[in-house]
Amino acid sequence: MPHTLSVDAPDQGVRLITLQRPEALNALNTQLLSELAAELDAAERDDAIRVVVITGSRKAFAAGADIKEMAERDLVGILNDPRLAHWQRISRFVKPLIAAVNGFALGGGCELAMHADILIAGEDARFGQPEINLGIMPGAGGTQRLLRAVGKSLAMQMVLSGEAIDARHALRAGLVSEVTQPELTVERALAIARVIAQKAPLAVRLAKEALLKAEDTDLASGLRFERHAFTLLAGTADREEGIRAFQEKRRPQFTGQ
Amino acid sequence: MHFEHILFSIEDGVALLSLNRPEQLNSFNAQMHSEVREALKQLRQNPEVRVLLLTGEGRGFCAGQDLADRNVAPGTEAPDLGESIEKFYNPLIRALRDLPLPVICAVNGVAAGAGANIPLACDLVLAARSASFLQAFCKIGLIPDSGGTWSLPRLIGLARAKALTLLGERLSAEQAERWGLIYRVVDDANLRDEALKLARHLATQPTYGLALIKRSLNASLNNGFDEQLDLERDLQRLAGRSEDYREGVAAFMAKRTPAFKGH
Repeated sequence: MPHTLSVDAPDQGVRLITLQRPEALNALNTQLLSELAAELDAAERDDAIRVVVITGSRKAFAAGADIKEMAERDLVGILNDPRLAHWQRISRFVKPLIAAVNGFALGGGCELAMHADILIAGEDARFGQPEINLGIMPGAGGTQRLLRAVGKSLAMQMVLSGEAIDARHALRAGLVSEVTQPELTVERALAIARVIAQKAPLAVRLAKEALLKAEDTDLASGLRFERHAFTLLAGTADREEGIRAFQEKRRPQFTGQ
Repeated sequence: MHFEHILFSIEDGVALLSLNRPEQLNSFNAQMHSEVREALKQLRQNPEVRVLLLTGEGRGFCAGQDLADRNVAPGTEAPDLGESIEKFYNPLIRALRDLPLPVICAVNGVAAGAGANIPLACDLVLAARSASFLQAFCKIGLIPDSGGTWSLPRLIGLARAKALTLLGERLSAEQAERWGLIYRVVDDANLRDEALKLARHLATQPTYGLALIKRSLNASLNNGFDEQLDLERDLQRLAGRSEDYREGVAAFMAKRTPAFKGH
């Protein structure tokens, strides 16, 4: 049984993971990262799960890494940090991951949110990379994913000054796709998850992979990957079903085949 | 925490916060700011509180910033007024606007500088007939702060907002009421009682629903029509889940007075 998070099945095909370390504003300690990685691992292997939503509390999505734990590590400790493997597991998750962010998403919390494919933010959410204030820097993708999401100037400003931005700013900058009332953030994320869960799983998976390729390959390679992925889907039963249902003006019944 | 520059009490769901530096017309210094901040924190943490009444002791409501704190002697370096706004006034204004309950302001006397704009961040403003509003900033080379440049054009229109802030003329409570700057003028002797009566009434009402009304109206000043329709949908969804909504409908059907709990 996980101790630092809870897992619910609010809808068919949808898993909701809620970070639960209220005493530490959901600071990402090794145990939490390990339990999260394990849950995503299980979710990936379970064919019944199509989409995962991850959220924290009303006050904090996750307010950073566990500083106490971090302070205890020396250079060798950091080199052997088990957390790296957990982060890698999270970043390799092949199904859609939606983050519903209320309150603080700072440091590792912001980095975790940026691992999600879609970010929905409550109006009072705050995003930031305050590591610089501690004499360190982001270490789980903060300098890379942030720049890709919001562009150079804002990413530099956030990482070098440590100052956070609010949800509206994050929306304008493209870090999040929607801002909602804080009480409805999870609901909205689940609604999007439900929609995606109805789609053909293989198409969703390949489309996600193709979109992520756009971030780290040149255009020609990305287009080549897209074409391959597109061709791969030609052999699936769900493609046939999707096109037939469209022609027959009915809802498709996808099987994941 | 013991308060020196404010009076603060909570009774029957009504939080009463009175600025209490009457000799200085309740002007703000750093300590008064931190006391007000502490009081707002206490009432936010107290689920019993269902309405806030803000007023002042003595003949004035609030004369804004205590300039004794900000004396700029010739030859000295210019102070960073932005810092004091960032640290004190903006958090106060945001806190009043964002409180999830109705905030009544009883303007008992002169309201000048930031003191003229603090009421504009409240929800229902009553003013004593002898009270007045003074956008004094232009007299000393400053601009209206504490949300004044945002609230004034929205409440009274750009033309009047400009006259008020560029000329710095005293605006009587009655004129403020006619212009729609405040809700209602009350005879001086009745102000406190009228404000308390209003507060006690609101303390029996569906607080959560009122908070959502306040939130939607505040948001409307920035939203386009379609965004606002979406917001109404979302907030109504939340309101519809409240206990008070259940109670309100049940009481209506049973033709009895509802007993709202505030959530």
